[in-house]
Amino acid sequence: MFLSDNAFFFLIAWEIMALTTYLLVSFEHEKEEARNAGVLYFVMSHIGTGCLILGFLLLFQASGAYGFDGFHAIGARMAAGPRNAAFILFLVGFGIKAGIVPLHIWLPVAHPAAPSNVSAMMSGVLIKTGIYGLTRVCFDFMGPPPNWWGVTVLVIGTVSAVLGVLYALMEHDLKRLLAYHSIENIGIILMGLGAALMFLHTGHPVLASLALIAGLYHTINHAVFKALLFLGAGAVVHATHTRNMEEMGGLVKRMPVTAFFFLIGAVAISALPPLNGFVSEWLTYQSLLQGFGTTPSLIRLMFPLSGAMLALTGALAAACFVKAFGITFLAQPRSAHAAGAREAAPTMLVAQGLLTAACVFLGLFPTLVLKLLDPVTQQLAGLQLSTRLSLADGWVLSGAVATGGTVSTPGLVLMAVCLLPLPLGLWLVFARGAKVRRGPTWDCGLQGLTPRMAYTATGFSKPIRMIFKALFRPRREVQREYDFSPYFATNLRFESHVEEVFLTRIYRPLNWLVWRVSRRMRALQAGSLQAYLIYIFVTLLLLLLFAL
Amino acid sequence: MNLDVTAIVLQTGLLLLLAPLVSGVIRKGKARLQNRRGPPVWQPYLDLLKFLRKDMVISEHASWVFSFAPYVVFFTALLAGLMVPMVTMQAPLSLFGGVLALVGLLALGRFFLALGGLDPASAFGGMGSSREMTIAAIAEPALMLAIFTVAIAAGSTDLSRIVAATLGPTWSLLNPRHVLAFAALFIVLLAETGRLPVDNPATHLELTMIHEAMLLEYSGRYLAFMEWGASLKQLVLMTLLVNVFFPLGLAPVATPSALAFGLLAYLAKLFVLSCIVVVVETTNAKLRLFRVPDLLSAAFVLAALALLSTFLFQ
Repeated sequence: MFLSDNAFFFLIAWEIMALTTYLLVSFEHEKEEARNAGVLYFVMSHIGTGCLILGFLLLFQASGAYGFDGFHAIGARMAAGPRNAAFILFLVGFGIKAGIVPLHIWLPVAHPAAPSNVSAMMSGVLIKTGIYGLTRVCFDFMGPPPNWWGVTVLVIGTVSAVLGVLYALMEHDLKRLLAYHSIENIGIILMGLGAALMFLHTGHPVLASLALIAGLYHTINHAVFKALLFLGAGAVVHATHTRNMEEMGGLVKRMPVTAFFFLIGAVAISALPPLNGFVSEWLTYQSLLQGFGTTPSLIRLMFPLSGAMLALTGALAAACFVKAFGITFLAQPRSAHAAGAREAAPTMLVAQGLLTAACVFLGLFPTLVLKLLDPVTQQLAGLQLSTRLSLADGWVLSGAVATGGTVSTPGLVLMAVCLLPLPLGLWLVFARGAKVRRGPTWDCGLQGLTPRMAYTATGFSKPIRMIFKALFRPRREVQREYDFSPYFATNLRFESHVEEVFLTRIYRPLNWLVWRVSRRMRALQAGSLQAYLIYIFVTLLLLLLFAL
Repeated sequence: MNLDVTAIVLQTGLLLLLAPLVSGVIRKGKARLQNRRGPPVWQPYLDLLKFLRKDMVISEHASWVFSFAPYVVFFTALLAGLMVPMVTMQAPLSLFGGVLALVGLLALGRFFLALGGLDPASAFGGMGSSREMTIAAIAEPALMLAIFTVAIAAGSTDLSRIVAATLGPTWSLLNPRHVLAFAALFIVLLAETGRLPVDNPATHLELTMIHEAMLLEYSGRYLAFMEWGASLKQLVLMTLLVNVFFPLGLAPVATPSALAFGLLAYLAKLFVLSCIVVVVETTNAKLRLFRVPDLLSAAFVLAALALLSTFLFQ
């Protein structure tokens, strides 16, 4: 699909990809969950393909051929109506594949249902095809964009990022949590692309390239760390036979290597220095910051506000991965399965190790990798930026504008290494005689801590759930059975739910409508041959009338 | 664009030595306002020494993450401090990162602090981690928006450049953009450093503590690095506040007289800010946890107003 230079072939490859993914999602077809997830994915994916076919047909009308080179900057020759229609069709078509809010509902269902290596593939590659398509269409085919395209993409990106991470925080299914983070990261990527479109509109090719690079670099980074996290989650699920984080815990001692790799992935995805997520978000911040000066209109307030939302996303992602890592790997094992977990097989560890190394490399040496993006910005925005972005022989990364600010992840690591003698010296001078003793954790004088007393994933995210309760509409049910006082319950049942607004408010009613219409349509299909012949005849007549 | 090694060494030393003193001054000030005599201002140094010398008890449930966290907290706060101009206009580590890296480093420290809280399997630690990450998450947009307001004016995220731009001929004490952004950042400072009305640094009451809950299982030199890291972070944020919004007195060149004047001005500004913190802490009661978001959204609104005022007053 990435190699095709022709809309026709592109769609064929697109469909093959969709169909094979359907088979992979329903791979464990004996489970009902996997079958349903497969069907949902199938339906959503085909709505998307339908939009793409229409979009390409609109482009075809203007160019008269299906070749991508014929489509180049075709948008400039199209009338505003079909051009905007094509943009919306492509946004929806590719957006479904990428998983933007509110078209994301298949993503958190299909990712966990698939086997973990497939989830890694889906998050790393499959949803990126949507980004590829959108970039290709918006920057290559559609010509100079009107302002509202960029604004739309930026807003969708911001909303996807914030909602994705908020829903991720509510999950205690490890793989669903990661799937929601894919939505978040697609949002961050789209923030870069949307800003780039806005800069193209206002005629700032340097900033457009910077924002584009930020988005594309985050695409690479997300592919790497998300694949790493899914493989880690796969190893954990394999070892504990559950995806529920509440039944894990203590795995850092039982699966030390997997835990270390997962921690690196968690730091990377939380956009913390010095790893790769930080670098691409830094570039995004830079482009948003510089964007403020590109236009005098009030639209420019969008940039700092989406920057603030990006900060919110980053901090919530950090909270979410403290939860994901802390509850899964730290403290005491919360179930017998977790207590009996074994380290993953060496082959699984090698795969994770390679991706961990990639995370570190992409974080420490971004300037080397950004060179590879030069042809892309050359083609899409008309200039190469990598030399401007690299200072001090590539050790320091700079914002595109000379005074915009610099950052050096390898420099930070080196500085930290240089400062290492400090605690070492303090230890030598003061603490050499100090002894280290292992003891029980403070248990308030009770009979020792049990895993049931440890903080749960649901408990961890409770403050967030309460703060954003307008969105989550949390509902809980508590049933107590007690003999003499409710404080000494003999039996307790606790249920807590959050509502997925998009599912209950948009998709359920839509689904209901489709069912109703279909039921009405069934009257047409009466099973009588004569009726069908009449339909054919009437259609023919109508077509002939059209032709006249 | 070279790194000045002497500047780095001097600023590191200043950060390390000054951070406990600021905590001590605030503690003393609070005690005086409450009609207590209070511990001497150098008490935090003695505490650090005591912690460094002590034996350690480590929870049997804890893993290497628990032991790693104190160093991360300490180093990230220290590195972040090197990116802020303290006495001179030029921060020694400006080249390696500006305000975005500073925020990122502090977030990295917080990430490991929270993991260290979860590691010993104590419910208190988990509670502290959960609350700390929540409060940080809602403080972050206000922090970033306030920072964007000053960064946009300078066109840079490099703090040295931001300070230079603020110090320009148009600097005035009552620039509405500065006043509003300062107010927003001040609220964030209270939240980030665990001060009243968000968190009470003096409490060990189980259900109200946030920062202390995560440190509950730490002892000995790990606790020393945690405490030192926390006071470093406080110093870094306070320095950010005083020097970005009141850059008067910063030494433009590294001559002895300019440096001496810069140091004096810096200490005076820090003292004033500490006094403000003392007054706020003494006159406010702790907020219920779910009222904290209101306070922090107020900070966000202030920052947004600061941004808007760029339009209104130009």
